[in-house]
Amino acid sequence: MIRNQDDSMQEPPKMSTKDLNFYYGESQALYSISLAFEIKEVTALIGPSGCGKSTLLRCLNRMNDLIPHSRAEGGVFLDGEDIYDQGVDVVALRRHVGMVFQKPNPFPKTIFENVAYGLRVNGIKDKTFLRDRVETSLKQAALWDEVKDRLHNSALGLSGGQQQRLCIARALAVEPEVVLMDEPASALDPIATQKIEDLIHELKTTYTIIIVTHNMQQAARVSDVTAFFYLGKLIETGKTESIFTRPRLKETSDYITGRFG
Amino acid sequence: MIGKSDTIQGRRKWLQGTMFGLFRVAALINGMALLLVVYFLVARGWRAINWTFLTQPPMDSMTKGGILPCIVGTLCLSLGAIFIALPIGVASAIYLQEYARPGRVVRVIRLGINNLAGVPSVVFGLFGLAFFVVYLKMGVSILAGSLTLAAMTLPVIIGATEEALRGVPNTYREASLGLGATKWQTIYRVVLPAALPGILTGGILGLSRAAGETAPIMFTAAVFYTPSLPTSIFDEVMALPYHIYVLATAGTDIEATRPLQYGTALVLIVLVLGLNLVAIIYRSRLRKNR
Repeated sequence: MIRNQDDSMQEPPKMSTKDLNFYYGESQALYSISLAFEIKEVTALIGPSGCGKSTLLRCLNRMNDLIPHSRAEGGVFLDGEDIYDQGVDVVALRRHVGMVFQKPNPFPKTIFENVAYGLRVNGIKDKTFLRDRVETSLKQAALWDEVKDRLHNSALGLSGGQQQRLCIARALAVEPEVVLMDEPASALDPIATQKIEDLIHELKTTYTIIIVTHNMQQAARVSDVTAFFYLGKLIETGKTESIFTRPRLKETSDYITGRFG
Repeated sequence: MIGKSDTIQGRRKWLQGTMFGLFRVAALINGMALLLVVYFLVARGWRAINWTFLTQPPMDSMTKGGILPCIVGTLCLSLGAIFIALPIGVASAIYLQEYARPGRVVRVIRLGINNLAGVPSVVFGLFGLAFFVVYLKMGVSILAGSLTLAAMTLPVIIGATEEALRGVPNTYREASLGLGATKWQTIYRVVLPAALPGILTGGILGLSRAAGETAPIMFTAAVFYTPSLPTSIFDEVMALPYHIYVLATAGTDIEATRPLQYGTALVLIVLVLGLNLVAIIYRSRLRKNR
């Protein structure tokens, strides 16, 4: 089938939410969020603490399922399929939608076993395959050169920045299509942060990335699209450069210029 | 100005010094208690210990000879108890901590476990007699004794395991689930290994307690005297704590067997400390392999 370039511009989004409401018990955390995440783009979710951006992120791989008495209403779609549908296998979903957490959280295992973990739990035993995939993932996460001689040492001996890149490598090893990042650099020093940001630039050639960040400059630097949240509502979304240079709404401009939040 | 603040400083320093001193004394008392017990036993019991004592059965109405059947019996009983209680206890703790949704069922189970911990050991003995020995027709045997001791050590193991599981950071669970692991894979591959040192501590505590108890085995496993070593789990055995009790209260010549009593007590405490030591070494090796 022949497609011209204009058609490919109309590609459906990799993920999207439609009228998504989310509740922790009685209190509502998200109000009717409809947002699309385009394939191989970086979307930044910004907003003051408690605005619901992390909650939204955790709806995208149903990590919120773990919280008792929480519930989601509305739809979250991955390639057009509603991930909150009855028949959806959450375990399989999380293989497609990987996650990197705020604080580096490597397992108390070796560097190799950390990266191989996702493959092992998926039943892969082939040693050559595991070794190759671990190497590829560590290279993708720009960590290979630093750890290649000590793959069988404990991951807890790495620095914070290295640990976070290890966590990224671990997420990439299962070849997800979407990578969720929850303030991945907030616990890191500026140099380690720089490395993570460079990495995000690299990764978006392959992956669809959604990142929560408190750091406005970071959002401006790494993302293609920015969505601004406030009190559980999506206030404004658009191309990052237009959000940061000419926001349509006053709340958005107040927040990104640091007047509140 | 400076002088005034110096007095305040001085008073605060003095208070701090005094308090730390008190804490240090409290900690020392703990250490001293164990040292005193060990010293007392060694001083009075070491003369009784020799090769015959460790390798022979009692002789001459238990006024001479050794305590081999008691050593073997206690090992069988306490190891048997731990082999029964550890899997059940760990499984219960995993259920309560990782699977069960908080609610009435969990509250009732917890209440049961806490009350089990408060039951006097002699009650366990009578329960073991009525249930395992008589009702289940196990007779006075290693099996009945181990089961009784296991019932008694369960709360200790469940408590320690729950504590250890609670100590595993939730970020490990999230990371694992986020990589597409199932809940069971997460527990088996990440949570349990991380909690293992704590679980082993529970096992050690349980084992020590099982080895040292008299009341629960009095009616269920231990006998006054048998020269033969057990050949199956349905055999009755002698046991160190019960032997001490018998020699000290109902022996044929209580005064003459004092050295034997202390010797037996010394062997018991060395056995318990030895079992602990094995588990502690294993635990520290686990911790190092992180």
